[in-house]
Amino acid sequence: MRATFAIQKFNPETDAHPHLEPYRLDVSWRGNTVLDALFQIKHELDGSLTFRASCRSAICGSCAMVINGRERLACQTLVADEIGRHPTIEVRPLKQMRVVKDLVVEMDPFWQKIGAITPWLTPKEGLGEVVIPQDVHQRFENVDACIMCGACVSACNSLEVSPGFLGPAALAKAYRFTADPREGERSERLTRLTQEHGVWDCVRCNFCVEVCPKDVKPMEAIIRLRREALHEGLTDHLGATHITAFMKIVRHEGRLNEARMPVAMVWPNLRRLLGILPLGLAMFLKGKVPPLWQRPIPGIRQIRRLFALREKSR
Amino acid sequence: MKYALFTGCAAKGACPELYQSATKVAQLLGLELTELKSAACCGAGVVGEGDPDLALAINARTFAQAEATGLPVMTICGTCQGVLSGANKRLKEDPATRERINGMLAPDGIAYGGTTEVKHLLWVLIQDVGLERLRKAVTRSLAGLRIAPFYGCYILRPSTNLGFDDPNNPTSLEMLITALGGERIDYSGRIKCCGFPLVLEQESMALAMSGDNTAEAKREGADCMVTPCPLCHMSLDIYQQRAERLRGERLDMPIFHLPQLVGLALGLSEEDLGLSRHMVSVAGAVTKLGGDSAP
Repeated sequence: MRATFAIQKFNPETDAHPHLEPYRLDVSWRGNTVLDALFQIKHELDGSLTFRASCRSAICGSCAMVINGRERLACQTLVADEIGRHPTIEVRPLKQMRVVKDLVVEMDPFWQKIGAITPWLTPKEGLGEVVIPQDVHQRFENVDACIMCGACVSACNSLEVSPGFLGPAALAKAYRFTADPREGERSERLTRLTQEHGVWDCVRCNFCVEVCPKDVKPMEAIIRLRREALHEGLTDHLGATHITAFMKIVRHEGRLNEARMPVAMVWPNLRRLLGILPLGLAMFLKGKVPPLWQRPIPGIRQIRRLFALREKSR
Repeated sequence: MKYALFTGCAAKGACPELYQSATKVAQLLGLELTELKSAACCGAGVVGEGDPDLALAINARTFAQAEATGLPVMTICGTCQGVLSGANKRLKEDPATRERINGMLAPDGIAYGGTTEVKHLLWVLIQDVGLERLRKAVTRSLAGLRIAPFYGCYILRPSTNLGFDDPNNPTSLEMLITALGGERIDYSGRIKCCGFPLVLEQESMALAMSGDNTAEAKREGADCMVTPCPLCHMSLDIYQQRAERLRGERLDMPIFHLPQLVGLALGLSEEDLGLSRHMVSVAGAVTKLGGDSAP
């Protein structure tokens, strides 16, 4: 099987910019992975090609890279599958991290963020033997599967515009500890995680869920952290206001009222209210502002009963 | 072809031109729509953040209403599609969850049997109407118009819930643009986030996202952008001027809702499509089109 690769090469000591280097090679077996091909290129065509790899079995997380536009583990990606979809297999390093050489990126900022969430258990005082029931463990079983490959961090749309954001990997790890019944500093953790660059920076683009090779679903962990924070009464952040205001409007009208939502976000801060007025007025002139008070949807009582029912159960 | 129309909130709120253009295009293509008038908000992922079972129950109520009509649901909002697809998948594939949610709905005599299908207008156009029929229905080709597709997150990811387009390399909007005679612009931002979920709480982050994507489309030569999601539309159109201010760069990019672009090619008038309701004028893009629209 003849395969064409275009691999991003960059040596900071000699190159001003990264460039795509073409390689053509015969891949001997249909089961060969992109990682196998990288080794073959290194052995047969270009000894200088630099990449990270270790276990070759999707366990160590070393070989995450961008293959044909998406973050993946090279050891988990079949050459045959890629050839079927793309004439040239394009391989680039992870995004949003400094390139050290070719496909190797600087992982220090990644580890600093993991470190920032104190990735260890602080047991409750006087804790003896604890039996964790199956259903409790299931709550964080998938986040425990993280192999720290960095794929989600590379794909995260929030990080692109807010580099300080803790990011999907660290926050998924943080959830693992707030969800653990043995954890003694749950409240302190949630307080820290709801501050600047914490859970409320997530834009819910779902890229982390899409690219994770271990189905960790980091965004879902972030949403659970947000919910835990709400239940803990940590409602100062506008992200929390967004959820409570949205739910209040849907409970009342059965659907969202786009005139009331921005007002609810700034109320009762007069200065911020004045801040949203110019855009509101411009929208009004284009017929884009619905009435502040709308007739609720037919059957609104059913919606309100569901809200009341859930409120009682919390 | 008959569908139960789930309008979503935006098409009845800040984007009335979406509702208007979608119903006009449907009429022209012979899609019979029965509006689900008592359907509630899908929750936009926000109600689900607060309470996942509540969001499931509200959407199961909608699915049950559609089930009673025997029609598949058609959405005209990418976010509604994503949320409804996710909820429907859980309710269909997990009988225990469906039973629990139906238990919540039981006092009102509502039960969802798990048979409702939900598809976005974009999918209906490609799967049910068909590109060939669309191509034949074009009366005013979009030839010469360079169009940047902007998918939005919810219609693509997580792909296990949606299962229509390839989330990394989607093609449906591109195929549609080609069928209508337009020229498609390729750029990396087409599958990225518009920033809308953060626009009310962290506006500068949201503006950076929408601005980056719009600026990239412009650099690649786009005359306009098209999106199947009204929340993306709001982010890209309503907030464009603020994004321009933040970047210190003129963008001046007309943003079309999916049915507006289809309607233009099918000869619908600017009035029918509500083109005057945009914050960024679409006049520049429309004047590039040859031929007159039908009255």
